[in-house]
Amino acid sequence: MLARPTSHSSALGPGCAGPSLANPVSFDAPPKHQAQQPTSGAAPFMVEPSALAHQGGGEPTKRTQVPYVTGTSVLGVTYKDGVLIASDTLGSYGSTKRYKSVARLKKVNASTIIGAGGELSDFQYIMTLLDELTTDDYCMDDGVVLSPREIYNYMTRVMYNRRNKMDPLWNSLVICGFQDGKPFLGTVGMIGTHYTDEHVATGFGNMLARPLFRERHHPDMSEAEATKLLHDALRVCYYRDKNSINKFQMAKATAEGVTISEPFSLETNWEYKHFRDPTLNAVGAW
Amino acid sequence: MSGIGTGYDLSVSTFSPDGRVFQTEYAQKAVDNSGTVVGLRCKDGVVLGCEKTIISKMLVEGSNRRTYAVDRHAGMAVGGVAADGRQIVNRASSEAQQYKSFYGDIIPGHVLAERTASYVHLFNLYWYLRPCGSAALIAVYDRDGPQLYLVEPSGTGHRFFGTAVGKGRTAAKNEIEKLKLEELTCRQGVLEIAKILHNVHDEEKPFEMELAWICDESNREFQRVPADMVTEANTKAKAAKDDSDMED
Repeated sequence: MLARPTSHSSALGPGCAGPSLANPVSFDAPPKHQAQQPTSGAAPFMVEPSALAHQGGGEPTKRTQVPYVTGTSVLGVTYKDGVLIASDTLGSYGSTKRYKSVARLKKVNASTIIGAGGELSDFQYIMTLLDELTTDDYCMDDGVVLSPREIYNYMTRVMYNRRNKMDPLWNSLVICGFQDGKPFLGTVGMIGTHYTDEHVATGFGNMLARPLFRERHHPDMSEAEATKLLHDALRVCYYRDKNSINKFQMAKATAEGVTISEPFSLETNWEYKHFRDPTLNAVGAW
Repeated sequence: MSGIGTGYDLSVSTFSPDGRVFQTEYAQKAVDNSGTVVGLRCKDGVVLGCEKTIISKMLVEGSNRRTYAVDRHAGMAVGGVAADGRQIVNRASSEAQQYKSFYGDIIPGHVLAERTASYVHLFNLYWYLRPCGSAALIAVYDRDGPQLYLVEPSGTGHRFFGTAVGKGRTAAKNEIEKLKLEELTCRQGVLEIAKILHNVHDEEKPFEMELAWICDESNREFQRVPADMVTEANTKAKAAKDDSDMED
């Protein structure tokens, strides 16, 4: 280190010609090179140990362990000549109703719709994946498009692969469409669990809506019946799931193609006796 | 052509004494000798058309594609060596995809044209490569409206209202100049291109037309022109040509 002109002014802080320069440099023994030591003489900078984790030691890297902006249940039923899925349009920030007009049902291609609950940023990422996939398909220009089942299988692989990386996409998906003259309806969980059924529901809907589906659903329902069933199920979900709002979208896949409805609300009735006095028969509650 | 046989035409990395790169010029020639490709920028979109000589009676109709979608909002028609053209198309489509994943928006026309041109230009820089023997007409519909670009084997890229490459380019360009492109719709453009291709085609061999467009009618997506429209344009163009031949 060469001796530099030194300012002894106390007006200049340690940043300029700092305390170390205020001390005369010894020419007898050249100063040792001090790796990572600030020449200003300020306290050495501490590195957060976890930041060095990838170099070995420290704590392992952490992945998303808590979702931030989330959507709640997605419901779906098949009927005589198609399939209907529905969800509300809420993006919750914890239990804050933060974003109230989020489309959680998206069109993938001319025959497929995907609906998502869980972390909405992860869902947006899933949509970019599917968008790349369908754009590639479009550029191929051979008239072949991915069928709903193919998209469903693709999503099962993506979700399971991310689980194996210990970095899951925090979503429950419902994938529906119309294929080979038959409705298709399936669901994929955030660790890759998946199944197809004549009616599905994710999250809270599994507890609230599926009992209704089991009671009232039959595969040769008319569209009107299926819509009614789905409306009733949505209403129950809205009554009992605090992270939901009365603004829904419904999507339909038939032989004619797919459509996603404009947002709508349902008539509700909060005058039921047990709504007014929830502790009526609950002894010991307050 | 002076300089031929003097050793200056063996590589793209050597200029001739009068400042030319012969290999690049030969590559351009490969384009000039092959089927005509026409592009028009109309008021509501871009239409591209290729003349494809039928090389065998047994060839499956629609073989040897020359128009390709690069993204939903962009596509190209390639003239010259078809195999080289495919390389350009592949590169352009991965550029479009890369741009989208990096910036989250569709690639603008001028960026796509510039990047495609840079890619083509690479083949003019190293002695161990040969230039691309094909030219690409790029049709894009972005937020600035419809645009048409031409990228040539030398790596130059220009924006055009209408242009043509291939055997019949001179005649084709003459005809394009007569059109009022700012009033022409893509629907009319299809017919005009059909007429041009019929006019510049030499009679000996039959040919197939491959037309693609991007306009409001195609949802601003690059698509092949519907088959019935191509057939209609084809018959009309043929009739128009027969009429004018009778007058001569």
